[in-house]
Amino acid sequence: MSWHNTPIALMAKALAAKEVSSTELTKYFLDRIESGKQWNAYLDVNTHLSLEQASAADELISSGKSGKLTGIPVAHKDVFVTRGWKSTAASKILEGYLSPFDATVVANLGIPSADNPNGAGMVCLGKTNMDEFAMGSSNENSAYGPVLNPWNSEYVAGGSSGGSAAAVAAGLAPIATGTDTGGSIRQPAAFCGLTGIKPSYGRVSRYGMIAYASSLDQAGPIGKTAEDCALLLSAMSSHDPRDSTSLADSGEDYGRYLNQAWKEANANPAKPLEGLRVGLPKEFFAEGLAEDVAKAVNAAAKALQDLGAQLVEVNLPKTKLSIPVYYVLAPAEASSNLSRFDGVRYGHRASEYRDLGDMYQKSRTEGFGAEVKRRILIGTYVLCHGYYDAYYLQAQKIRRIIAADFQAAFSQCDVILGPVAPDVAWRLGEKSKDPVQMYLEDIYTLSTNLAGLPAMSVPCGFNSNNLPIGMQLIGNYFSEARLLQVAHQYQQASDWHLRQASEVA
Amino acid sequence: MQWEVVIGLETHAQLKTQSKIFSGASIRFGAEPNTQACAVDLALPGVLPVLNRQAVEHAIRFGLAVGAKISPASIFARKNYFYPDLPKGYQISQFEIPVVVGGHLEILVGDEVKVVELTRAHMEEDAGKSVHEEDFTGPHGEASSGIDLNRAGTPLLEIVTEPVMRSATEAVAYAKALHGLVVWLGVCDGNMQEGSFRCDANVSVRPMGQVEFGTRCEIKNLNSFRFLEEAIQYEVRRQIELIEDGGKVVQETRLYDPDRQETRSMRSKEDANDYRYFPDPDLLPVVIDDAWIADVRSKMPALPAQLREQWQSEFGLSAYDAQLLTQDRDTAKVFEDLLAIVGKPLAKAAANLIAGEFASSVNKAGIAVAHVPLKAEHLAALLTRTADGTISNKIAKDIFAMLWEEALSGKAISAVDHIIDAKGLKQISDSGALEAMIDKVLAANEKSVEEFRSGKEKAFNALVGQIMKASQGKANPGQVNELLRKKLG
Repeated sequence: MSWHNTPIALMAKALAAKEVSSTELTKYFLDRIESGKQWNAYLDVNTHLSLEQASAADELISSGKSGKLTGIPVAHKDVFVTRGWKSTAASKILEGYLSPFDATVVANLGIPSADNPNGAGMVCLGKTNMDEFAMGSSNENSAYGPVLNPWNSEYVAGGSSGGSAAAVAAGLAPIATGTDTGGSIRQPAAFCGLTGIKPSYGRVSRYGMIAYASSLDQAGPIGKTAEDCALLLSAMSSHDPRDSTSLADSGEDYGRYLNQAWKEANANPAKPLEGLRVGLPKEFFAEGLAEDVAKAVNAAAKALQDLGAQLVEVNLPKTKLSIPVYYVLAPAEASSNLSRFDGVRYGHRASEYRDLGDMYQKSRTEGFGAEVKRRILIGTYVLCHGYYDAYYLQAQKIRRIIAADFQAAFSQCDVILGPVAPDVAWRLGEKSKDPVQMYLEDIYTLSTNLAGLPAMSVPCGFNSNNLPIGMQLIGNYFSEARLLQVAHQYQQASDWHLRQASEVA
Repeated sequence: MQWEVVIGLETHAQLKTQSKIFSGASIRFGAEPNTQACAVDLALPGVLPVLNRQAVEHAIRFGLAVGAKISPASIFARKNYFYPDLPKGYQISQFEIPVVVGGHLEILVGDEVKVVELTRAHMEEDAGKSVHEEDFTGPHGEASSGIDLNRAGTPLLEIVTEPVMRSATEAVAYAKALHGLVVWLGVCDGNMQEGSFRCDANVSVRPMGQVEFGTRCEIKNLNSFRFLEEAIQYEVRRQIELIEDGGKVVQETRLYDPDRQETRSMRSKEDANDYRYFPDPDLLPVVIDDAWIADVRSKMPALPAQLREQWQSEFGLSAYDAQLLTQDRDTAKVFEDLLAIVGKPLAKAAANLIAGEFASSVNKAGIAVAHVPLKAEHLAALLTRTADGTISNKIAKDIFAMLWEEALSGKAISAVDHIIDAKGLKQISDSGALEAMIDKVLAANEKSVEEFRSGKEKAFNALVGQIMKASQGKANPGQVNELLRKKLG
């Protein structure tokens, strides 16, 4: 049985039917991780711990105490702190760091215990590679080397959740967690031919997520199907009293609409999306969009139309401004969030230094990579006395306008459809010399983080070079279940998400 | 030249809560280093702050007590700077929109009531502390510094005044009144040795009559009223001398050295950090609605200023006595309890007793009023028995001393009537007995009698004293005076 091609929805059935044990599944994936090191998808694996969890899951299953996801392996982006596995956020400054506690996401998905009675019972396979502190769009900013794209190892996997995406695409994990501050779930999912969702801000607890830009960071799943993402997101999200920005509601089943028609009363199986208005923002199909990508996304729009949806043109006039706004606000928050890495209490400390100032300077100079330093510098600059009003405050104002633009668009449509990125994955090293060019790649994803909206990446084709193309579905606040419904209906009528990455055995 | 002193104070009052302002760790003082610092206080990767509701209630209570505006949505901001005892590399504080805006506090300077306007009060977290002990060495035996993060995250209310004080005396009067108030309100334990209440003083001088302020210096971390007074006095002298010698005051932060009784420069304005304040994205605005304010208001004790005003107008107490009686809630309570037993006609006598004998004994013993076993019910008879003429004031004082002694040594406290009977302390008001006593004293003090007759009024008092002494304090002093005048007349 090739479990690495099996969606977790089916895996769950096999576990429940005792066709396979969690230990067998876990071993299967650990073996694949061992033989699939060339992608550099994982930063830490601990066979013993994983198998221990698998055996605990098997006990739960045999004693009838299992839930939907009990026993299914999952990989965690290294931005989540974990007991047992090192948590480095792919930075040298946290090399070898072991957290005394699990992130809420990790606990929510993990083996239930006295401290964690509601754990979903999933087995942790290890920690996945990422751009250092989630800063990057290609996973080339990891202190532990880039992640390679399983569709073509000369290409980037995308970022910052590149390790999670590559792990799922290469069959080294059935599903994985990621985080998305400006596209870090959606873009690597698109580059690796996967489905991913960034929920509304506040749906998933940020406790235990090493912070990059607190007002934008949000965790979500990267998997093979919308159904798998719905399953994982339902288990990930919860109200967390330890995160003041987490939403009060919890326990939502994000998969509840998957197999329903958009209009419940609609009995026409050929047109399940009848009544759905899909908005196509003009600005998302403008100059700069690769032809192959435009074609694939337009074809996807047509496919939705065939399923009964109505296409409408909408405007998101401030789309271009989302880049400068994001690259003011995110670095501002990052410059402060990363101040705790000072070499005093944990993490890297320079071996020799003259005095306190020298210790800070050397430790941080040695510990942080170039992109992280760049963003700390930008962030420090925009918060400085005299610049704050011109940059930070101004960016906050435009951020509100961007959010208002979305609300105007949602008065005309139910979901917005566009590309995830202007192009498919690029060659390793191709854009790493020019950070601004790399920043421009985030143009379609940043605005939803700025507005706090949920958005998905769904595979919708390939370019001439056989690299995957993703379409983006953006919904209004708290409409995750609806987004997943649209994506699932699309996936019932397409097979892009079922294709195997070309280099994967 | 005549100089005018301008002082504004920033006071850090530690809010009396069970746990820290953004974490569940205890804030108990004096624990082993780093045993009261949880993951949040240590700023481990991934942790987030959650606001302590009790701290907000204390801030609201303070704001209401000083007649301030409570912000409907105040904002926590990050104050960014690097220091080893600041684990996150930023302090969570309030910057643009503090929880308490405006307000004022009345202080008594001499006999004058002065109003000190407050600018604001905001919530923030304390930092940890660096430990530079001599025997503190690193892993390789090198001289080293330690960090104790027990204090990190302790909730503080920083209370800022307008620059309205004009002398060290006024500043101290304000600090004492504020200290009294926050302890009274139960929002701060007021323990200055433990750092629960500490002041930063902004001091400048200007030629009398000048409108513009002079350049100010900020003296940090004054944790006693004496240091506050000395530091300001020194700083004022220093600035005046500097200017008179043709120099210029440089805006800077200074520290007071109590051993040398001088302030020293800590850092100049040029070295000052750019704190890069911005709203903390991990915390939501602190929304305080009218219902919450009403709830806090309903649980507030009567305020010292209200009580003072009431007692002064109703019982004719002096401003000074009223001040003394309201210096803390426990003292006021003893007075109120006593009043409830002896009734309003004896209010003044009750005030005299509590503000006088009682307060000075408590002071001398150096104990808190709350811990004094001598309660209103023990003291009431002293007042009623004096009022009905059973005992003299002098005897009342003696009996108080006996009661105090019993109370302090942990003995059972005797009833006042029992002491009067057992020791025969009843006042002698029988004219026959008194006249006999007077005759005896006059016979033995012929010299004083002669002096009085030759016009020395002082001699009269000496004779009264002798008579009182002969009666062992029991003679009714009014009657003695009257009878003695008659006899000498």
